[in-house]
Amino acid sequence: MLVDFFYKIRAYQVPVTIREFLDLLGAMKAQVIYGSIDDFYSLARITLVKDEKHFDKFDRAFADYFKGVQSLDELMGEVPDEWLKKLAEKNLSDEEKAMIESLGGFEKLMETLKERLEEQKKRHQGGSKWVGTAGTSPFGAYGYNPEGVRIGQHESRHRRAVKVWDKREFKNFDDEVEIGTRNMKVALRRLRKFARTGLAEELDLDDTIKSTAANAGYLDIKMRPEKHNRVKVIMFFDVGGSMDDHIRVVEELFSAARSEFKHLEYFYFHNCLYESVWKDNRRRFGERMSTYEVLQTFPSDYKLIFVGDATMSPYEITYPGGSVEHWNEEAGAVWLQCALETYNKAIWLNPQPERMWHYHQSIEIVNQVMEKRMFPLTLEGITRGIQALT
Amino acid sequence: MKFVGTDKYVSTEDLRLAVNAAITLEKPLLVKGEPGTGKTMLAEEVAASLGMKLLQWHVKSTTKAQQGLYEYDAVSRLRDSQLGDEKVHDISNYIVKGKLWEAFDAGERVVLLIDEIDKADIEFPNDLLQELDRMEFFVYELNKTIKAKQRPVVIITSNNEKELPDAFLRRCFFHYISFPDKDTMTSIIDVHFSGLKKELLKSSLDVFFGLRELPGLKKKPTTSELLDWIKLLVAEDIDPALLREADTRKTIPPLAGALLKNEQDVQLFERLAFMARRDR
Repeated sequence: MLVDFFYKIRAYQVPVTIREFLDLLGAMKAQVIYGSIDDFYSLARITLVKDEKHFDKFDRAFADYFKGVQSLDELMGEVPDEWLKKLAEKNLSDEEKAMIESLGGFEKLMETLKERLEEQKKRHQGGSKWVGTAGTSPFGAYGYNPEGVRIGQHESRHRRAVKVWDKREFKNFDDEVEIGTRNMKVALRRLRKFARTGLAEELDLDDTIKSTAANAGYLDIKMRPEKHNRVKVIMFFDVGGSMDDHIRVVEELFSAARSEFKHLEYFYFHNCLYESVWKDNRRRFGERMSTYEVLQTFPSDYKLIFVGDATMSPYEITYPGGSVEHWNEEAGAVWLQCALETYNKAIWLNPQPERMWHYHQSIEIVNQVMEKRMFPLTLEGITRGIQALT
Repeated sequence: MKFVGTDKYVSTEDLRLAVNAAITLEKPLLVKGEPGTGKTMLAEEVAASLGMKLLQWHVKSTTKAQQGLYEYDAVSRLRDSQLGDEKVHDISNYIVKGKLWEAFDAGERVVLLIDEIDKADIEFPNDLLQELDRMEFFVYELNKTIKAKQRPVVIITSNNEKELPDAFLRRCFFHYISFPDKDTMTSIIDVHFSGLKKELLKSSLDVFFGLRELPGLKKKPTTSELLDWIKLLVAEDIDPALLREADTRKTIPPLAGALLKNEQDVQLFERLAFMARRDR
């Protein structure tokens, strides 16, 4: 029976493994819980779900498996009277129950519900007759009618909810959390250049042996600083226009790079690199920095990464005055060339899928300027790109 | 052996279940949650309620996994050999035990807290897989395996600064401490300030939860800030009626500095209050 449960949870894309499932069975065998479905819910979540961003998916899978909530379509034709009755009993005060009795009792209520369900074909919200959510009809969820029967979204007034998973408390964790930055960080990690700086706190064995020997066998300890990643990175991000489709993946890359590289400089540009760049998108027209100055400020041991889709009109790269936003004295290609001359380790990461590249002339041109060092903005592409940088 | 909570720590049912499952199945328990929801406190209370010793390993950005196992102090050994100290012949004199070793070696079962594991290097959890799973590790210098006499109760906290590797997560139980609702919060305050006037408690909670719902706050006030604030309110002997007037959207509650720790938040809040007053 629980094997199906396991597959149901996997079907909802909660990443569970066999090992975790065995842990759950082990916990059941060890009798950590006794029979109660609430406890089983908690225990299953503790053992199977390892990140709060998956809680919502788990809740839905759980509800689906235990058929606690059925979509109204599934309810059509067959109403589980017993279940509704039980639920209503838990929710209603004695007075309210008495009121229902006066209205003809549960059987009457259920009968009407059945009729309504048959009349109703679609999901419905609001209103005062149809079954749905947030209405004043006696049927549906979150309604105001005192004798209302809650279907689905049962909201608990006592901490011990009958259907905790139905509340879906963790709904907004699901898409709020950035996914996949860890993998990106691991890919970026390959870009390492260790150097010894800072406090001398590590024993330098070779030097110690050498100077001890020189010291006629009397110990002369030599210390040296620990190795740190000293790689310096300068990144230029394309923003606006066609890049809006790729915001999410670029944001992930940005946050991964921010936490991975201690020496990270970043600037924004639009479509192609021209004579000025900016650091704050809200003030892109006010506070601009000359590209020339940027290239002068950061020495050539920086590694250069462009992030952009390079999807534009070819004029924007090859002709003076080709920019869509302003009059540029020099062609974009000249500025790209300038940057490449300053930093000989450079790559271009492109969020467009690689197979699309030759449909855009501008991508071909940029790739040519970059001397074929353009890589797709995927894990595999980043890994290849980082190799080109080292 | 069962954790049932203590009179100093309010625990929800699913938290107790998580702790008990971890104790029974001898698995590490990973605890996440908003700051100030009592993640670190949990280990202390588990230790206190089960009558076990608590070992704490606070992780920093420079912490290495090896430091939790042991460190070989080669430098002192070298120095001792120069001085002709007798100790030098036994290498075990220079092995410094780490927290994990201490926990494995203890005569009785202990609680081991690995605090803020996300502070360390991204590979740090991966370096502890075997040690936490099998509860044993090998000491090369002594050429022997250290095995846990009693598997310690391991509680690991994380503030979500870094994502933890999947292989590590698979080996842990996981519990997310949600922010307490009003009822739970009332009992938490009850634990800290017994005999607090009912009305003061109610109005301060209203203000607190109102503040948390304010959109755009950089840092929402947490439980520990609420407790500090109430301490101040009691010390200053603020009239609860004053608080009740203070609808968070209209006026600034007294001593708000204890709740809002970010000057931008205070500014945002003042601006909102000003706008609300103007609209009235």
